[in-house]
Amino acid sequence: MIFSFILKKCKEAVTDLLPIILAIAFFQIVVLRQPLPQFGEVLVGALLVVAGLTLFVQGLEMGLFPIGEAMAQALARKGSLFWLLCFAFALGFSTTVAEPALIAIAAEAAEIAGQGGLIAADRSSLDQYALGLRLTVAFSVGLAILIGVLRILRGWPVHYLIIGGYIVVMLITVIAPKEIIGIAYDAGGVTTSTITVPMVAALGVGLASTIRGRSPLIDGFGLIAFASLLPMIFVMGYGLLIFGRSG
Amino acid sequence: MIPLDLLQEFSIILLGTCRDVLPIVILVAGFQLLVLRQPIPHLGRVIVGSVYVVIGLALFLEGLEKALFPLGKIMAAQLSDPAFIYRGGEIAVHADWKAYGWVYFFAATVGFATTIAEPSLIAVAYKAHEVSAGTISQWGLRITVAVGVAVGISIGTFRIVTGTPLYLYILIGYVIVIIQTLMAPRSIIPLAYDSGGVTTSTVTVPLVAALGLGLSATVPGSNPALDGFGLIAFASLFPIIAVLGYAQLMQLLIRRRTK
Repeated sequence: MIFSFILKKCKEAVTDLLPIILAIAFFQIVVLRQPLPQFGEVLVGALLVVAGLTLFVQGLEMGLFPIGEAMAQALARKGSLFWLLCFAFALGFSTTVAEPALIAIAAEAAEIAGQGGLIAADRSSLDQYALGLRLTVAFSVGLAILIGVLRILRGWPVHYLIIGGYIVVMLITVIAPKEIIGIAYDAGGVTTSTITVPMVAALGVGLASTIRGRSPLIDGFGLIAFASLLPMIFVMGYGLLIFGRSG
Repeated sequence: MIPLDLLQEFSIILLGTCRDVLPIVILVAGFQLLVLRQPIPHLGRVIVGSVYVVIGLALFLEGLEKALFPLGKIMAAQLSDPAFIYRGGEIAVHADWKAYGWVYFFAATVGFATTIAEPSLIAVAYKAHEVSAGTISQWGLRITVAVGVAVGISIGTFRIVTGTPLYLYILIGYVIVIIQTLMAPRSIIPLAYDSGGVTTSTVTVPLVAALGLGLSATVPGSNPALDGFGLIAFASLFPIIAVLGYAQLMQLLIRRRTK
């Protein structure tokens, strides 16, 4: 029984991976017409990916989803708005500040700003710039989750906040220095990591299903959207603060 | 016999994933002990599940590092190489956007394929399926989002090749999202917005970033600092349009049928 269960899970993971394998095979064979380099390593890698994905999904069902929902429900039942908002902010800030993708993109952004002569190109001012960028993004993600939780409690429709956010992004893009725009737009995408997303989704759905009159589908989702939007505004704001207005 | 360097590499990645989970563990434990002061339900199961997540993610990343990333990066470099694009013809001073057909197609397939395998999207699709009592199918959502990413990234590569400003595309995209929001069924809106944020993590970002920087380094007359970024923004915006569009289409079909 356990064996057939594992087999079923693995089959799901293989299906997840199939498009990548097909895409790579197509381009190697049909377009580039070159033999696959290191076929053995690629095969081992693919097996690791399948095994990893299987375990990850299993772990989500057993660990991350239940704990996220249990925390949300316990905090909602406790009835303390202060602690709930604290938890929301801390979840967003702490998972983002050490996110490897963010560290990489902040370092790269510092290099570009240094080459462009926008900041002094010595090591300490580059590091300071990158650290400032990271803290800005982490703070904005924390704030985003906090606002998102407040929205679930109050039952505000998500689209007013998001459309309002879009309008702010558009306006600030006009005055932001152009060197920061691409990085700011990308910063929104890289903040939400693979472990943060399930926790945040469970927090939203857990809260919405505990509070009377909230639908988990309409009110439970939307936290991740805030976490992708707010960093864009804050990073461009950071650019304005450091570089001054463009043009 | 497992080679030693593989084991060493794996333990480095495993440490990295542990560090990713650490803030959450500290936060949850701190709140349970100091604020809630109650035991965690099914603690054993939760711990086993968390260990699965950490090991699973580490294996997943190790596999990607070993197999897919090097290959994807090599392919991105080969396809955006001017020698491949102009096939022995004269290499243009200004990029001819029509010559980059394979690049757009590669961008679309890579975008689609990596999004299907994206663990965060799997997590959100799982939750959405559960919460909607089965009306939102996991594969339906994942394929719709993947199509959105595919379209987004190929338009993004077109932008890099033509060197047109990023904000124009994003602003037009926003206007489309706002118009769609006014017309789409209300229940799908939060999920659609969320699907923009989940597409871009472990699998998609490294490959897409490599493609963007590779392209902007080889396309004549483009500047990696200004043009290399922005692909991720496309991959976050277009899934929203795709999910809203799919919901609108379904609504339209149902209305037709009931008439």
